[in-house]
Amino acid sequence: MKGLTARLRYLFGSSKGLALGTVALIALTAAFMGMLSGPMAEWGVRDFWIRLWGMDLNPLEREGRLIFLYHAFAMAVIAVEVYMLTGLYAMKESYKLIIHILITVGYLSAMLFGLIFAYWGHNWVFHGLFIFGQALIFFAGVMLAVAFWPWSKDYRLPEGSPYWRLKGGVDGERLAVFIMVVATLISAIYGAVPGSFYGHGFEVFLSEDIIRIPYHTPLQLAIVGHLHIMLVDIAVAAVFIVSRWVDFKGWTQKWAMPLNIIGTVIISIGAWLVVPMRPIAHHVINVGASFLMLASVFMAIYVWRRQIEKGLAEMGLSYQEARFGQKLRALFRDPLPWGATWLMLFMNLVVTAPGVYMAIKLEMFRHWLLREEKIGLVGHWHILAFVIAAILLLYYIDLAGVRGKARQWLGWIVILGNMVATTGANVLILKRVFVPEILEQPLVSRTLLVMDIALFSFLTALAAFLMWRLVDLFKPDGRWVEEWRNPAFTPLYEEDTP
Amino acid sequence: MNLHRSLVRLLLLGLAVLLAGCGADLKPPENVPTVDTGVNPDEWVTIPAGEFLFGLHNKRAVIAQDYEIMRTPVTNAQWAAYLNQALAEGTLKMGDEGVLVDYPGEPYHGGKHEIEIGPGAYLVYPLEALGAKVVYEDGQFVVKEGFANHPATFVTWFGAWAYCQSVGGRIPSEAEWEKAARGTDGRPYPWGWEITHAHANYYKSRDPFEVYWAGLGETTPVGFYNGQTHLGFHTEDAASPYGVYDMAGNVWEWVSDDIEETHQRILKGGSFTDYDIDNRAVWRNFAPPEFTGPTVGLRCVRDK
Repeated sequence: MKGLTARLRYLFGSSKGLALGTVALIALTAAFMGMLSGPMAEWGVRDFWIRLWGMDLNPLEREGRLIFLYHAFAMAVIAVEVYMLTGLYAMKESYKLIIHILITVGYLSAMLFGLIFAYWGHNWVFHGLFIFGQALIFFAGVMLAVAFWPWSKDYRLPEGSPYWRLKGGVDGERLAVFIMVVATLISAIYGAVPGSFYGHGFEVFLSEDIIRIPYHTPLQLAIVGHLHIMLVDIAVAAVFIVSRWVDFKGWTQKWAMPLNIIGTVIISIGAWLVVPMRPIAHHVINVGASFLMLASVFMAIYVWRRQIEKGLAEMGLSYQEARFGQKLRALFRDPLPWGATWLMLFMNLVVTAPGVYMAIKLEMFRHWLLREEKIGLVGHWHILAFVIAAILLLYYIDLAGVRGKARQWLGWIVILGNMVATTGANVLILKRVFVPEILEQPLVSRTLLVMDIALFSFLTALAAFLMWRLVDLFKPDGRWVEEWRNPAFTPLYEEDTP
Repeated sequence: MNLHRSLVRLLLLGLAVLLAGCGADLKPPENVPTVDTGVNPDEWVTIPAGEFLFGLHNKRAVIAQDYEIMRTPVTNAQWAAYLNQALAEGTLKMGDEGVLVDYPGEPYHGGKHEIEIGPGAYLVYPLEALGAKVVYEDGQFVVKEGFANHPATFVTWFGAWAYCQSVGGRIPSEAEWEKAARGTDGRPYPWGWEITHAHANYYKSRDPFEVYWAGLGETTPVGFYNGQTHLGFHTEDAASPYGVYDMAGNVWEWVSDDIEETHQRILKGGSFTDYDIDNRAVWRNFAPPEFTGPTVGLRCVRDK
């Protein structure tokens, strides 16, 4: 009993335990729901799965179910990010405790009851608990903003600090996180208001289904803006997590953080403008996105330089005397930090570039069936979500203490699995550009096979990792004990810093 | 095991798998079996006036008068016969790209993505289309062997407009199409609430025609899903409550509703290349009226 209590205290009472539990729950839910689509549907596994679990899937309610599913995953991912942010940034323990309680109860309530409501008949009590959970998460966000209050005297930086410092010693990065949190809260309201206004009579829709109808109500537009900006905010939060993980500082940090602030503000305003000024909203969003992308370049410059220096030191070489090939080997020695920043840049190849291409060639896409355009739209944000998830996972692998060969295997499989799957998804999105519909099947089948291999590798690696942590929980002196005793989120290069 | 070597091998394997698809056999179908389903494509079915549930959100709607709808989509045989007759009569004409029809045009509103459709000649059916079953040979349109009672494809909205006029009818409105497909009880599919391989021709539905185009599939004869066994494949009777066939899967069907300020048209019913869920009668696909493709066909209605 004492052992069980200790483990529950670790899982629910520490940032690391909470993050572990949430990552595991996301993985389990993804595996469970993965049985309902893609090749599982084609192979007949879906029908078996529905019968096995007694699910109630009214075909007319598919759109609503998907919205619940997206929210279930989003709430859990936001919770993971909050656990990481509260672990990585200094804040009062009392705030941390309140935030953890609110967001944990919130995401569990929203995720579990939302999915039960959507997939197992409509008990409106569960719908209420889904809303209740999201409300708690919102208040956790409010508390997070309070905890990150950048003008607090406790978190001022001394003169000569290597971090971006504003007048009076205000921590610029803390300000950037604060602005991201506030922008996220406003953006959440942007989705919550239309949802609340319509209550349970809301006529659900998927944005991709109404893209070719030129007239939308303000509430529909609010939802379009909401879903775009929430994913952006999740991505920006991931940038701040990586920032503390790698102890981002120096001139690159001093350039990146103002860019993050400007980018977050502009892109949020752009998304909010979708309702009143739709024709210009996208231009504003593009400007904001450019600032954010540039900020990630600065972070990559910093991390890659540190990685090379660290790797060369391990190889017994100095930066000055090492050849290009040796520097490259040093960079790749640890796939995790390199991968997290590389994926931030790679995102531009698999998300930004195809998105821009589709926007430029929109008339061509509009000349085809909506389905072709829809594949592009849905694929576009699935890819973005998957890249963000991979970045967070790379950090979590480090946080969970994976070292040695396991770190190499896990890291590279996450990076390459992500790259192959997202590249494949782009082949599917853009296939009509180079192959007519009647000839597409070989390309589609082969691409899907390669993507499935990549995703299978990714998920198998994740499952093995989580299994290791599950087994660890049964050990009296496992890693969980160490994490409970040492709750600090150690930055990656701390050991190198004199 | 060397990690990097293993990863490179895995990537090369993936690339090889991808490239292996480039040489797949993609010849048009040959020796296609003929299936007489017993469903007569020349028949029309009466849909009674009255209230029904319309659209994804099951909104109450009313159609004020009885109307008739074709029991099946227009077949290749009907389409070829129409093209030959209309060309001979001069109601259609031959252009460089294909068969054309004079269309009176539509108002232009200057919308952001609006296509300008002024009075003029518009494509009805292309002369060159990979996968087309009605082909132009020796001055005549003929149907490829085995496809006579399959639904016509590659027909533009203008083609549907011209054809329906020729049979004394018109393209159905979305509401007319959906009522004929769903009846009045709010069901998502013509036959009820669940879709199986025995109900409709959709992507990976394992029908006997799915072997063509490297597994993409092909159209099935109209009325194929009528509760009988064809080519060893058992089907359920998938007619709508009014006895209308092929309202889910097989080919998309044009409806008349024009989306103002874009002139995009709505297509209903799903096709052999769409996932099962996209075959719901409530789901909408969109395309510009001059769109032509291997999954797009037509059906007409007429007033009683």
